[in-house]
Amino acid sequence: MTKEYKTIKTELRLPYELAYGATWTRFFEGMKEKKIYGTKCPKCGRVLVPARSFCPRCFVDMGEWIEVSQEGKLVAWCYTNYRYFGMPTEPPFIGAQINLDGTDVNFLHLIGGFDLSNFDEVRKIVKNGMKVRAEWKDDRNAHIMDIRYFKPL
Amino acid sequence: MSKRVGIVAVAQNAGAESKDNFYDQAYRVTKEVLDKAGLTRDDVETIISASSDIYHGGISCANAYYWETTGAFMKNGSRQDGESLFALFYGAMRIMTGRYDTALVIGLCKGSENPPNDTCTLMYSDPFYLRNVGLTETMAAAFQMRAYMEKYGITEEQCAKVAVKNLGNALGNPYAHRKGRYTVEEVLQSPRISDPLTELQCAPQSEGMVAALLASEEKAKKLSRKPVWIKGFGSSIDAYDIGDRDLLDGQLKNAAARAYRMAGIKEPAKEIDLAEISEPYAFQELMWCEDLGLCRAGEAGKLIDSGKTERTGELPVNPSGGVLANNPYVSRGLQRAVEAYLQITGQAGERQVEKKVKTALAHGTHGFAGQCHAVAILGL
Repeated sequence: MTKEYKTIKTELRLPYELAYGATWTRFFEGMKEKKIYGTKCPKCGRVLVPARSFCPRCFVDMGEWIEVSQEGKLVAWCYTNYRYFGMPTEPPFIGAQINLDGTDVNFLHLIGGFDLSNFDEVRKIVKNGMKVRAEWKDDRNAHIMDIRYFKPL
Repeated sequence: MSKRVGIVAVAQNAGAESKDNFYDQAYRVTKEVLDKAGLTRDDVETIISASSDIYHGGISCANAYYWETTGAFMKNGSRQDGESLFALFYGAMRIMTGRYDTALVIGLCKGSENPPNDTCTLMYSDPFYLRNVGLTETMAAAFQMRAYMEKYGITEEQCAKVAVKNLGNALGNPYAHRKGRYTVEEVLQSPRISDPLTELQCAPQSEGMVAALLASEEKAKKLSRKPVWIKGFGSSIDAYDIGDRDLLDGQLKNAAARAYRMAGIKEPAKEIDLAEISEPYAFQELMWCEDLGLCRAGEAGKLIDSGKTERTGELPVNPSGGVLANNPYVSRGLQRAVEAYLQITGQAGERQVEKKVKTALAHGTHGFAGQCHAVAILGL
């Protein structure tokens, strides 16, 4: 869109290279093997996923690694129907928070595996509290989207 | 040590797109606030600005570029990145040390030049995990809204009423960007961009250079016949990952408790005359009213239905139109304090409330679903 006053169009492209660190390297490598890893706090006993190097609440190093369940309960969702830079897939899609069984935090991902084109139909299917299970892609790259989405059971 | 810190003058520019550039806008608002206080640039001892590189039109490192415009050239200045109400706190703290008698606080943002808000808020998400799932402020708010409605039986209509009230209030605010008489149906029928959120329930992207001139008690009494005192302030920050948080039990209660303690407020619903609340999404005004103790948990639906928070009501909330009407992202919290100042001093023009305002609350928030909150209590 051209503005009626003089403007300059500018854009910043700054390449960064960020370390995953030991904990998230292991977590994302797990994605390749179709495994979701969490870590358990030795003090409060909470299982956090994705895995963490320390418990933010107790401020102590995490102890045990745990392969967590690939099934869980839907705790929050929204039906996104607009395009934005960096969207994970073409809209419409459903962003979701999932409480994976045996964990104490919510995991952010997508809900899918059924027809999303009609919102009224979607509303009949998707309910907070429903059970969902991870569906994996065949081609996996140690990336969070190696899980295609979580599908209602 | 200065016991009290007063606001002696404020200035802001309009939120709609303007052909002025960032630099000139910032200069004019700074100049205006100095003129109103009867000060020259040399009289201002310290400057706290608030801006954010993400919302800064790709110009340099944000604060490096604009120091001259805020009068800070060859002085002591500092920058808060993110919510500008914190800048008000830091300005007040500097005066409270006794080292300074005057401080300029300014929030700078020219939203019309930026990519859409959600392109910017996606950058809050870490690039390893959350960003790849597309988490924006709107998605986080939509999660929160559905959970809120389900927990307390708040209806979509009650959430939409916030937009109806605030966009209507904005008709009296010459600085507001989005305004109009809408019906609940029109709000609910606007594009359903991120269900349950519709477009008119999401804040626009606005321009806003917003300034306040602070002074020590003695100095404030010389500079103004009616200084407004910063009686209390408090803030609190939640976990970063929204999955680690209870989206319905956030940190605003803590932020408010800290501000109330400092201001000596025991019964906020009775003692606060007016609130300017940052509600980038309509339902958040309801949630934040509860967390601020202006009504009980789960009862803000009834509060909006009662009409009590209307401009003409017993406890007006966002008579300016709030953030739904004007969202100069970084500057929005400080703008709430500026609006509260205008109401207390009776300078709010057409948006002036009918009741007498002695004590007002200003609130700012930043991050996903209210990750951080700041609360200020202003009064005579």
